[in-house]
Amino acid sequence: MAETVALSIDGRAATCESGITVAAALENAGQSVCRRSVSGESRGVLCAMGICFECRVTIDGAPHQRACMELVMDGMEVSTQAPRLTAQGSRFTAPREALECDVAVVGAGPAGVAAACRAAEAAARTVLLDEGLAGGGQIHRHLPGREAPEAARPWIERLTRSGASARYETAVFDAVREEGGFRLFAETRAGTLEVFAKRVLLATGARELFLPFPGWTLPGVMGAAGAQALWKSGASLSGRRAVVAGSGPLLLPVAASLAKAGADVVLVAEQAAPGAVLRFGASLLRSPGKLAEAARYRAAFRGTPYRFGTWVAEALGGARVEAVALTGGEERITVACDLAAVAYGLVPNTELARLLGCEMRAGAVVVKETQESSVAGLFCAGEPCGIAGVDAAIAEGEIAGLAAAGRFETTSAEGRRLRGARARLRGFASVLARTFAPRSELRALARPDTIVCRCEDARFGDLAACGGAREAKLSARAGMGACQGRVCGPALGFLFGWDSDTVRPPVKPAALGILAGVEESA
Amino acid sequence: MSGAMPAPDVLVVGAGIVGAACAEEAAAAGLSVAVLESRFAGSGATAAAMGHIVVMDDSAAQFALTELSRRLWTERARDLPASCEDEQTGTLWVAADAEELAHVAKKAAFYRQRGVAVEELDAGGLAAAEPNLRPGLAGALRVPGDRVLYPVNAARWLLERAAARGASRREGVEVVSLGPGGVRTRDGAIGAGAVVNAAGAAAPALTPGLPIQPRKGHLVITDRYPGFCRHQLVELGYLKSAHTQSRESVAFNLQPRATGQMLLGSSREFAGFDASINRRIRGRMIRRAFEFMPGLARLSAIRTWVGFRPATPDNLPLVGRFDPVPGLFIAAGHEGLGVTTALGTARLVVDGILGRASPIDPAPYSPMRAFPEAGHG
Repeated sequence: MAETVALSIDGRAATCESGITVAAALENAGQSVCRRSVSGESRGVLCAMGICFECRVTIDGAPHQRACMELVMDGMEVSTQAPRLTAQGSRFTAPREALECDVAVVGAGPAGVAAACRAAEAAARTVLLDEGLAGGGQIHRHLPGREAPEAARPWIERLTRSGASARYETAVFDAVREEGGFRLFAETRAGTLEVFAKRVLLATGARELFLPFPGWTLPGVMGAAGAQALWKSGASLSGRRAVVAGSGPLLLPVAASLAKAGADVVLVAEQAAPGAVLRFGASLLRSPGKLAEAARYRAAFRGTPYRFGTWVAEALGGARVEAVALTGGEERITVACDLAAVAYGLVPNTELARLLGCEMRAGAVVVKETQESSVAGLFCAGEPCGIAGVDAAIAEGEIAGLAAAGRFETTSAEGRRLRGARARLRGFASVLARTFAPRSELRALARPDTIVCRCEDARFGDLAACGGAREAKLSARAGMGACQGRVCGPALGFLFGWDSDTVRPPVKPAALGILAGVEESA
Repeated sequence: MSGAMPAPDVLVVGAGIVGAACAEEAAAAGLSVAVLESRFAGSGATAAAMGHIVVMDDSAAQFALTELSRRLWTERARDLPASCEDEQTGTLWVAADAEELAHVAKKAAFYRQRGVAVEELDAGGLAAAEPNLRPGLAGALRVPGDRVLYPVNAARWLLERAAARGASRREGVEVVSLGPGGVRTRDGAIGAGAVVNAAGAAAPALTPGLPIQPRKGHLVITDRYPGFCRHQLVELGYLKSAHTQSRESVAFNLQPRATGQMLLGSSREFAGFDASINRRIRGRMIRRAFEFMPGLARLSAIRTWVGFRPATPDNLPLVGRFDPVPGLFIAAGHEGLGVTTALGTARLVVDGILGRASPIDPAPYSPMRAFPEAGHG
């Protein structure tokens, strides 16, 4: 049996397994509410990966801490109420650490780890920065100090040997171009880390696309990858009655994970039409590996119906989700559940790339053959260049890492292999995107009073009256909250065709004491 | 598109807080009104502004306009919808040391002589009023009648009030020139009895020669910490920062929003219309705030933005008839006080259009003071 720690949750004593996140501990204690929203709704975990800021709790008196990004500690006091801050006697000092390197990689998912390995092996001084508690990114999420998933182990071991310096719990919130390179500013547990790098490689991954429907803010309605991430963070989902819905091949591993976690997965609903999915399945006959992978996942929840052309129209419940209503366009069926894992595929994380002025196309960073962006010396790999999955991310990470170290040869055998893999996987990705593109009926789910911006509780009816993202932000507060529009921005893009508002630093919330020390040149 | 529009009595160019107020006042006076806006209502300096409704004492003219305007805002307070986030927080002018505290006494006398309620706070009174200020500050002047609101939605509310009296509004219309009898847009000419140039920092592009320069400022807003501070807090040295014509300055200026967020300013610099974040001056601005309120350092900052105050050389706005162009009125150049003085400005402009007497002497604000060669020096 794992070690335990004692903590208090809203004043009640609780014991939980050590080494798990606060979000998981809350879940295991039966506490599905993390906070009250600005209009008084109860909110629980949504993304479980640090993006949505829904799980903000007060930890040891400090408000607005993301429960999904914090590990439990013995004696920790967790509160779902925001405290009134009282006078802070001691002056906050944020120690600053500065370092220089040849290549700084932001994001330690598959692309970033592959890039850091290749750059460091090519003798570039390489630093790998990630906000998470451990490497692996979302796909290979694991708790620090525990074994990484098997698929991630070879790369993580290689990273250790490569000489790259990996820094976790290091959130890059600002970046500037300087003479001869870039300066990155990150908030760490200790204070500020400032990195001057001759070249920067962005491997910032993706987040889930959430589309609003009535009831989607009820605790227990989470992202698909979000539910999986919560489990990987130490939550026990044993005995939960789960519906997995939304779109894309990600629903398969999510449903498999939830089943493995002991949840009763009662239904998987894919919004894409059966014909489109069938054609996609047939195209997989040329990729037997992928087909086998899909079959393996499916076997994990073989008793569960998998419906195509079906989507969640509404989540129902009082204090938390109790059922979801699904539809295929005509009749509705209601399925009882206490966990609804719903997302519509992935959205590239491009905030840093846009801050640094990279050319963008269709929401993704435009890159050259070497994965270099329109900004000289700034490389990008994996999902920020367009959603293409883990294998493309690794190939692009390798190319970008080599190129950033000045060692990528397009015509060498390896160069040809990597470029070939990338081309094949990008081609596959575009088929995926077409197959699983969210259908137009999803634009009609929200009612006038349905919340779209969950940070500020901005409602659909008020936003629909606006002429664009900036007007919606200024007059109806959409995107003004802590997640900086990461959740509602892509939703507004889908609902109304609006471009996101401009990106300004900090691209993640940072303590004023940290922001105070940010200067263009040290 | 312009052909469909009958010539209104008053055509307001610019739907920031000042233009919106002019539209409301003109419509209330029974005039037909149209408002043209190049982007959307409140999208310029109004969107970047703090929304501090404050009576100022730096000159008799500034006092008269800000005091009138605060009265007009206070009259409207009960009608303002919740989205305008109106709150009578009061202002605390914070004195760091004995020398500044002596200035508090002078300031208090100035306000009292003119009928504005104020309260002098000693060190203990200040600490009780704002426990998160650092110990050791000398005191403060409390101006309890000052307010805070959200400027974008206040501007939109003023436009709705105007619309309720028949005013029309067009957004996304770019005016290219102002002339006697109307304006030219990219799509054609629109006639009007009177034209009001309320284009803020863009006003000189439409009325060449207006001495208005963009004065860039930064603001930082935090997550929600209700009760962390209760008053708008301004250091007494603020006027020094506001009035210096040097390239850049910072001052401690903290505002509690109705949302519980802390809105932190202020910086001033002349940098054209460069909208990028100047991290160095933002850093200076934040560190200045820590000198008064060190606990701020722990609060989570969620956004930074910049705005361009329409600044004039003598710190007073340009309000009134512009003689060289018959029928043209200027309502621009309010620097950092446009949200406060929008309502007083609108009153003066509409009084000018109608030939009515104004509640305050309009002469100090005449745009013609910038053109002494025209005989109005």
